Amino acid sequence: MSAVALQMVCVAGLLGLAALAIVLGRSKISTPVIYGATLAVSVFALAGALRSLLGGAADATTLTLPVGLPWLGAHFRLDALGSFFLIVINLGGAAASLYGLGYGHHEHAPHRVLPFFPAFLAGMNLVVLADDAFSYLLCWEFMSLASWALVMAHHREPGNARAGYVYLVMASFGTLTLLLAFGLLAGPAGGYGFAAIRAAQHTPYVATLVLILMLLGAGSKAGLVPLHVWLPLAHPAAPSHVSALMSGVMTKVAIYGFIRVMFDLLGQPSWPASVVVLFLGSITAVMGILYAMMEKDLKRLLAYSTIENIGIVFASLGLAMAFQANGLKAAAALAFTAALFHALNHSFFKSLLFFGAGAVLTATGERDMDRLGGLIHRMPFTSFVVLVGCVAISALPPFNGFVSEWLIFQAVLQSPELPQWALKIMVPAVGAMLALAAALAAACFVKTYGVTFLGRPRGTTAATAGEVDRFSLAAMFSLAALCLLAGILPGLVIDALAPVASQILGGRMPAQSGQAWLSIVPIAESRSSYNGLLVMVFITLAASLAVYFIHRLASHALRRGPAWGCGFSDATPAAQYSSVSFAQPIRRVFGTLVFHARDHVTMPPPGDLRPARLRIELHDLVWNGIYAPIASAVGFSSTRLNRLQFLTIRRYLSLVFATLVTLLLVLAIWS
Amino acid sequence: MVVISDIIVQGVQMLLVLLLAPLLTGYVRKIKARLVRRQGASIFQPYRDLLRLLRKEVVLAENASWLFRVTPYITFAAIWVAAALVPTFATGLLFNWTADLIAIVALLGSARFFLALAGMDIGTSFGGIGSSREVMIAALAEPAMLLIVFCLALVAGSTQLSTVSHLLASSYVGLRVSLGMALVALFMVAIAENARIPVDNPATHLELTMVHEAMILEYSGRHLAMIELGAFLKLLLYVSLIACVFFPWQIALYGSGVLSYGIGAGAYILKLALAGFLLALFETATAKMRVFRVPQFLGAALMLGLLGTLLLFVSRSF
Repeated sequence: MSAVALQMVCVAGLLGLAALAIVLGRSKISTPVIYGATLAVSVFALAGALRSLLGGAADATTLTLPVGLPWLGAHFRLDALGSFFLIVINLGGAAASLYGLGYGHHEHAPHRVLPFFPAFLAGMNLVVLADDAFSYLLCWEFMSLASWALVMAHHREPGNARAGYVYLVMASFGTLTLLLAFGLLAGPAGGYGFAAIRAAQHTPYVATLVLILMLLGAGSKAGLVPLHVWLPLAHPAAPSHVSALMSGVMTKVAIYGFIRVMFDLLGQPSWPASVVVLFLGSITAVMGILYAMMEKDLKRLLAYSTIENIGIVFASLGLAMAFQANGLKAAAALAFTAALFHALNHSFFKSLLFFGAGAVLTATGERDMDRLGGLIHRMPFTSFVVLVGCVAISALPPFNGFVSEWLIFQAVLQSPELPQWALKIMVPAVGAMLALAAALAAACFVKTYGVTFLGRPRGTTAATAGEVDRFSLAAMFSLAALCLLAGILPGLVIDALAPVASQILGGRMPAQSGQAWLSIVPIAESRSSYNGLLVMVFITLAASLAVYFIHRLASHALRRGPAWGCGFSDATPAAQYSSVSFAQPIRRVFGTLVFHARDHVTMPPPGDLRPARLRIELHDLVWNGIYAPIASAVGFSSTRLNRLQFLTIRRYLSLVFATLVTLLLVLAIWS
Repeated sequence: MVVISDIIVQGVQMLLVLLLAPLLTGYVRKIKARLVRRQGASIFQPYRDLLRLLRKEVVLAENASWLFRVTPYITFAAIWVAAALVPTFATGLLFNWTADLIAIVALLGSARFFLALAGMDIGTSFGGIGSSREVMIAALAEPAMLLIVFCLALVAGSTQLSTVSHLLASSYVGLRVSLGMALVALFMVAIAENARIPVDNPATHLELTMVHEAMILEYSGRHLAMIELGAFLKLLLYVSLIACVFFPWQIALYGSGVLSYGIGAGAYILKLALAGFLLALFETATAKMRVFRVPQFLGAALMLGLLGTLLLFVSRSF
């Protein structure tokens, strides 16, 4: 059986599971049966995708099914790029299923989640496998609707209905732009197969329009600023393992769509396109993490941080486009590999962190960080793995987030070879923006971890929380292990990504497997090298040495006492730094510009016993500047057009007649 | 044989930075005291402080978690590894290809990440204020540092410190405008990263003015000793970094014999003495700034780094 047929069998299995979930309904066994079977299918599909990526995926396999458009059929194809994204999807799917085995028991309406969960996974797999525009769009819409149903699983909770509505509008808008993009690519002859599109020559005019439409369509699904508004509403509204899939995996499917069209179908990218992508990517990275810094809802913070990481991936893809447009194959392969590596890493640690947020939600029922605290004492295992996730997402060695950002910075350093002045000036600024985003991410995750897991509990539920079940812990520990492994053995990942770069760009990074001590060398050893394994070993050795000598030589005495309060002890837990107060310095430095942030202090006059009040004013300028005017314009015109509903039959007939005459006139003048 | 001598040189380097670090801090303190006409403590006082802290018992806050207890060791280890990878008296050390300059900066970032978390662990306002300000300063200092790295990497064509140092030591490079800007920017970043005046005051215990000291307020005994030693090491690291990149004179090349290693070590100690004196002079002559003036200070460093990088993009000869 060919590789693509194997994947299609897995997809059919997932769709069958969705049907089975409907049949099982509310029965008690449905949760373990569905998640267990999804786990098995995902692991199987993962193994297949790994085999096809590592074992000579250069020759793509295709499959045509007699469904879809009658003269076209439904084409499916599995190549190196598709295999890589199938690995991301099915790894995330397997982890989410494992997590769901435990987490699903707390679901009060499992029949609203279980049918859509395998269907959502099947939709994402199908998007990556589709090889003609019609199947692609159909699968894309199927994926969007399945995820929408999951967002609406808890539709009675406040805010979720709005989240679902905004998501539906944005998803429809995105599909519309993708439809137009594929229409343009297919051309007047209507060659909707990807092979026909790849073979055709596209004029620069078409290429520019397709770039804009893809940025709107794939960008809105991935969460590019300013199309991100639905993401922080919809991702947190779903159950946590679905949030993990949406943030960790579905955004990668959008990136896949962007890569497939811009690098594969359109052929050689142009350098002005890369300027646009670089600009949007770097703005998205900084804005995403600033939004996250201001947020106090745990899951929404993670969703904003997804926006940041998508920005990093897009900036890196922009670099790859710039290098590729100028024929710098080695640098393009470096930037492209870095982008894919970061996408993979993000799927690891973002899924892990959403699982952690789900565990906190299960244990305390809270998503508001300012009511949590001190969970490290009551949830020791969860807090440990979430710490791993926080270190990894903050791009700190020796974990995986650092390796991919390091590769991106190495790609930035290749930019003086670019001939265009716009790019020469822009790329260092993009590098600085990415460094700012990385530093802010570290600040943001110090806040997240410090407020949620450290300190003293700020609420009664946080004070009485308990550890979560074993399935959830197993899912989180396996993702944390992957974060560490990808961080200390990055050469294996880079070599595994080489077929993808060769297929898309026609060039690849130098093979890393032959390097001494498993270090990675993107260009040459005299230029730069990094060895995550040795860094890890050195830190462990140095720390062990320090511990050994301290415990041999220093005093062992240890006494527990009250915290030092400068003479004012026994402060309430409310006096701790909260997420809002932790963000204050950064809000003051960046927020005054980006959010028009103002702090209003209401101080009662002397002698008055009322407490002083601090009110923080934040404005979402993207929402206020773009979406609110559009919404009010739509509201205004629909109120006006509402009058048309109450006309007499004579007026309707005259309207129809007038329209007919106008159209005929237009036709007559046109021809 | 070669491997053994390499290991010895690397080991000497690791021990040297560990042993010299408290001395540098003591020396800076002594010079600062003399500049304001005080007698000042002996330059060996930091060693005595460390020994005294090691002998004392640890007073742990009731709410402290395991993270609070392991952070001093993690922080110390990360800074020590970073300091061991910066060439001091010789380039081409055994493990210098393990981490380039970007990775060294990130290692210091790891140390700060854990220290900021430890500041949040007890649940007092002091730790919170220290941590939140520390990450704010870091958020501004890290992009500036990265632009300095870009600037150096464009001149030297590498982010490996040994290669950079080796190249800048040769007559091939000469004086450059962009390198001058990078030097000033790196100095400003080093001031901020090491919590020195005018960004932070290492000697104060007045809560409103302190950043780093507020964050570690709850630490005592052997834990505090580890954190103090880490801070000493960090100062030494930045001085070594500036010395090996901008003033690489007499730094011994790879495998060049005992005599030139000796000369390199002597030159290194002289450079440390000079840098310590200049730091003390600068600190005595400036006043500490308000915490919300720091963004402007570091913004200037960022702009200098960006300007230096852009100049290099315009022409490699700037």
